[in-house]
Amino acid sequence: MNLRRIGTSLIAPAIGLAVSIGATALILIAIGANVITIFSSMWTYGTSPRAMTLMLNLATVYFLSALAVSIGFKMNLFNIGVNGQYILGSLAAAVVASNLQLPKVISITLTILTAMFVGAAWAGIAAWLKVARGVSEVISTIMLNFIAIGIISYLIVRTSIGTETSVNIRGTKLIPESGMLRGSAFIDPGTKVYGFFIISIFVGIAYWFLLNRTRFGFDLRATGKSATAARTSGVQSTRMIVTAMLLSGAIAGLVGLPYLLGQTGSYNLQFPTEWGFIGIAIALLGRNNPLGIAVGAIFVAFLDVSSGQLVLEGVPREISTIMQGLIVIVVVISYEVVRRNQVKSEQRNVAKALAKQEVSA
Amino acid sequence: MSESSVAVELQGIWKRFPGVIANSNINLKVTAGTIHAIVGENGAGKSTLMKILYGMQKADEGTISIHGTSLVFNSPADAIAAGIGMVHQHFMLADNFTVLENIILGSEPKSGGKLDFAKARELISDIAAENGLAVDPDVLVGKLGVGDRQRIEILKVLYRGAQILILDEPTAVLVPHEVEELFNTLRDLKKQGFTVIFISHKLDEVLSIADEITVIRQGTTVGSVNPHTEKVSARDLAEMMVGNELPTPQSVGNTIQDKVVLTVENLSVRATGGKAVVDGVSFKIRAGEILGIAGVEGNGQAEILNALMGIESSTGRVQFLEEDISKKSTRHRRDLGIGFIPEDRQRQALLLEAPLWENRMLGHQTKAPNAKGFWLNPRGAKADTKRIVAEYDVRTPSIDVNASALSGGNQQKLIVGREMSGNPKLLIAAHPTRGVDVGAQAAIWDHIRNARQAGLAVLLISADLDELIGLSDSIKVLLRGKFVTDADPATVTPQELGTAMTGAGKAA
Repeated sequence: MNLRRIGTSLIAPAIGLAVSIGATALILIAIGANVITIFSSMWTYGTSPRAMTLMLNLATVYFLSALAVSIGFKMNLFNIGVNGQYILGSLAAAVVASNLQLPKVISITLTILTAMFVGAAWAGIAAWLKVARGVSEVISTIMLNFIAIGIISYLIVRTSIGTETSVNIRGTKLIPESGMLRGSAFIDPGTKVYGFFIISIFVGIAYWFLLNRTRFGFDLRATGKSATAARTSGVQSTRMIVTAMLLSGAIAGLVGLPYLLGQTGSYNLQFPTEWGFIGIAIALLGRNNPLGIAVGAIFVAFLDVSSGQLVLEGVPREISTIMQGLIVIVVVISYEVVRRNQVKSEQRNVAKALAKQEVSA
Repeated sequence: MSESSVAVELQGIWKRFPGVIANSNINLKVTAGTIHAIVGENGAGKSTLMKILYGMQKADEGTISIHGTSLVFNSPADAIAAGIGMVHQHFMLADNFTVLENIILGSEPKSGGKLDFAKARELISDIAAENGLAVDPDVLVGKLGVGDRQRIEILKVLYRGAQILILDEPTAVLVPHEVEELFNTLRDLKKQGFTVIFISHKLDEVLSIADEITVIRQGTTVGSVNPHTEKVSARDLAEMMVGNELPTPQSVGNTIQDKVVLTVENLSVRATGGKAVVDGVSFKIRAGEILGIAGVEGNGQAEILNALMGIESSTGRVQFLEEDISKKSTRHRRDLGIGFIPEDRQRQALLLEAPLWENRMLGHQTKAPNAKGFWLNPRGAKADTKRIVAEYDVRTPSIDVNASALSGGNQQKLIVGREMSGNPKLLIAAHPTRGVDVGAQAAIWDHIRNARQAGLAVLLISADLDELIGLSDSIKVLLRGKFVTDADPATVTPQELGTAMTGAGKAA
């Protein structure tokens, strides 16, 4: 039974992969490119040690972003504001870390807590608006993204938080080496796998335990599966909304840290601001399951990293974005189809098993 | 009986699923212009048979003849074309559409590419008038009650030209006076020459409406009776259905103790418009006492239950043992030892897409054996789910299947078992045996009675008046949110109770 369940849960992503590769191939043929050369050169480059390192680093970011989104998804809460939450969290973390001269462990712990706190606080605004004023969290979190960008620009450009870091980019003061988490170059001698890679694995495990092994997690999942049944069982929906949103924001606060502590050491105006949206897609791909999300994050990171090869082959790199979009759509649809079939086939199997018992009884 | 007067004839129908026989050698002859009932326990094969007749599944063997012509149905569309219509147990209506729009949905009359509402309206009012199905075509379906919705489902089927109507457990969702209305409609349809196939396991109703009754047991037809010409009782039918003796609910002795468990004073619930749906209701329940509330559905029962559980806001005072719980949360009330079997099990009492053992936790996720402090205890929950499955005879191959895979009756058994776990002091139960088959019903009654003996206080709401009378120590009749009269279960008859529920007279 369980083996079968695992089997069927792999059907949807497999279909998604096959269809999107097929469709991408058709697009490539349509623009007159050589499909086989392109795919094989993407593969060759994508599996080189340097590309693998870049891929793991990007996947770490995507993984955290998708976890943040999926904790909301679990109870049908749509946190579209991971972008705003992580950029504010990263900025605050950069400011705090750059002013610390403490042992590494303490410094990094404080940095992480700062990022989580700020991310949660920013998400908390949306939670409060929803609970107290009935504002849809989709709208408020999107708007809060823009506000966050505005605030950050102001702080960096107009206040003493920002300084000239390099030639002409303004950003925060550099974090001292004692506050960085650069990681180790264990795959490719020239590039390091972010230290946050390990931390994100722990976050994933903690997420699983929180959802599957705690009362809070049960309440959260119950609310997602049936809001009315959860309410009847004693779950207070407003409290759940606030807690889930705060948690989602706290995890979102971490999204920028792998890059901040592993690479730049400063939050500057070129810090990426769109990692939250990719998280939504990956949460869908991974079905809100940490393992699925990890696989999804690695896959999308692989496409991102290896899409550089497309340009070398004379094909626009947007092809890889199209492929990512296709795969999400196809996977979401096939999940739903598979799910419906599963419900039906389970009903049939139960009826069958019972009839058998009765015959033998 | 000439061959042409047979509307439906099924001969030697077999339906096998791998390793299982759902229907074995079913033979059924339905005379045109009659009401033909098909009775059988849950899981006896009625549904499979009707799915075959309606083209939703194909039989492995056997023939279907409609008015003497042998036909093969590959889809419901074929069955509809042959004049067969199905009224499902769970209504398939869009709440945000009007009655008219719902009826024509999927087979709209058109003129020049546009919807012809005038023609639709005319057609529908003709059909409605001919069959005494009074409906206002412009009302939103969302505003209608269950009885009206069912009439719309019937109209939908007639609108599509059905001559043979299949009704799947049509009375399961109705209260007594609505059942009477439905039966009048069916009798009218019969007079018009329609043929009605009526699936049920409520035997009294079947006896009062059917011209012929076919009993199905374990996938095969075990016999047909004609209640007009043969003397047959509900007991006889039930024994044909289950193959042995059957029980009736009987209140055994008086177990009422002095200790008052629940005191409700002046409880009121207001609807969003400000109208009082529950209007100043007061009562007490002592340990070991079962208080029954009789009432036509929609007179405030659901609101009383929700208010007592803290799900709906209310005014008035609710005291549980020594504690005033009027302002307490649902979880607090549950933790005090209040079990709750809600009216709508699929919406309120189950996580359909979660395994049975997770459903065992629902509503009890704070307590042993499901939790240890902050942490869940899946092992404890699983072990206790196995106990419930065994004690309450929940028919399932495993506790890892999703709740959606169980039949309604088995879902109900699981819920009852769950709510009776952990020695509750008060059980608030709506229709505890709804959809449950005869044998399991008796078992649930026994469980409730045993717990009552041990001091459980029960607030019971049931549309099954026999059950209400059989289990309750006292009965209050609820009408438009108020208690209008009391009835003594020792003397009152279902008929008297039914009359009191409609406000027409006094009970006992």
